[in-house]
Amino acid sequence: MSRRLGQLLVVGLGLAPLTWLAIRALRGDLGVDPVETLSQVSGDWTLRFLLVTLAITPASRFLGLNRLIRHRRTVGLTAFGYSVFHFTCFVWLDQWFVWADIVAEIAERLWITIGFATLLLLIPLAVTSTNGMVRRLGARRWRRLHRLVYLAGVGGVMHYWWAVKADTRVPLVYGVILAVLLMARFIPKRRRSPVRSSSAADPMAQE
Amino acid sequence: MLIQNPADFRSSEVTEERVYLDRRAFMRLAAGIGAATVAGASLPDLVAGVTPRPGIGDEEKLTPYEAVTGYNNFYEFGTGKEDPAKNAGRFVTKPWTISVEGLVEKPATYDVDELIFPYTHEERVYRLRCVEGWSMVIPWLGFSLSNWIDRFRPTNQARYVEFTTLYDPEQMPGQRRSVLDWPYVEGLRLDEAMHPLTTVVVGVYGRPLPNQNGAPVRLIMPWKYGFKSIKSIVKIRFTDRQPTTSWNLAAPNEYGFFANVNPDVDHPRWSQAKERRIGEFRRRKTLPFNGYGDEIAHLYQGMDLRRYF
Repeated sequence: MSRRLGQLLVVGLGLAPLTWLAIRALRGDLGVDPVETLSQVSGDWTLRFLLVTLAITPASRFLGLNRLIRHRRTVGLTAFGYSVFHFTCFVWLDQWFVWADIVAEIAERLWITIGFATLLLLIPLAVTSTNGMVRRLGARRWRRLHRLVYLAGVGGVMHYWWAVKADTRVPLVYGVILAVLLMARFIPKRRRSPVRSSSAADPMAQE
Repeated sequence: MLIQNPADFRSSEVTEERVYLDRRAFMRLAAGIGAATVAGASLPDLVAGVTPRPGIGDEEKLTPYEAVTGYNNFYEFGTGKEDPAKNAGRFVTKPWTISVEGLVEKPATYDVDELIFPYTHEERVYRLRCVEGWSMVIPWLGFSLSNWIDRFRPTNQARYVEFTTLYDPEQMPGQRRSVLDWPYVEGLRLDEAMHPLTTVVVGVYGRPLPNQNGAPVRLIMPWKYGFKSIKSIVKIRFTDRQPTTSWNLAAPNEYGFFANVNPDVDHPRWSQAKERRIGEFRRRKTLPFNGYGDEIAHLYQGMDLRRYF
């Protein structure tokens, strides 16, 4: 598959849930409580794309799927996009821009505090995702900064866990996947003979 | 005055709420000129057999039938809001018995028909406020629980009533996982149970109660959060001490025994000051006792409602 086509596919997959939501919205098919539906679906996809982002490095390292690395940025930005959508649902559809209430909710409810903190964590990662920013920061500092994504993963799962009333089955699944993906990073790198891929020259391919 | 086959109609056949309201206006008129009640099973007949007793007047729009019967918290049939409608279709509610136990003069097991047919079914339009922060306006069909309690004759020692939902994991797939400590148990202080607002519900929108709404009988206490209004009741027990109730047991700091709707006492994880009426976008203010304070507040006089939430 050509690089261009692969990129198109990843972007397309990233926009698919949003497109599907838009279609459902136009058909008036967002359920009995559309605000709840939009909040939940946007939150779900934030976490899913975040986990996919975190899965790319181990997949490339252990499964030899090196070509995935170049899509990590796109998937990560997709997760960020859905998190902004999720937050917009909260501020707009749920709270109708009543800032006093919004601030109170964020300050007083620990699970919302954590959700908000997770969103804040993702902002510097999104901002520094361009090639120019990688160059400016230098590969080493860039990598260190982008380790924040691990914390974002933990924050996202905690936020979800806390949001459900009693049935923690799905958050548990997300938590287990996250734990596996994080632990995979502690497995020492195998020594490999230099490969043809451009990974050595591309700091975003490391980590 | 109930028809017996709850699944025997499509939602498209159910009267749209606007038409339904017109019909109620007509019925009041008909009652005024002394029209005779007709026996039978079709909708107009069924509704004509009901004594209309609107709880909150017509100024608040009824929540559509599809929402009332398609968006339910009934964890016995799954934790998703749409699970009960999906999974409760083949739930068998006939035959159905209710056992009455504990501090009563004559403990007994009743066939549900014996407990439903003798009473006049009134239409009661009540707000339903879920602890999760959403609400509906629902035309229930039923009568005051006090009718039953008078009949069961609790002894002098009885101070509380405990209600239990059916436990049947074969039929209730949600009970195969221990999301809650099954069976579901709820309870009321005896004076709460005797209050005329405490309603035994056998129908909704002039129809028998759909399975996902708690067939064949459930309670509605409109001034309390919805989880108090127990569904598919099989046991009623009179006791002298406060029953251990399901949600209170699962998370005592989040769900109290009383669970009276109170905008001033937040759930630890969210505010209870506002609610989203299903069908509306902007939140509206939540009313103390869900707007039934005039009728009910005296039951809690002198109690610290922050402590006894």
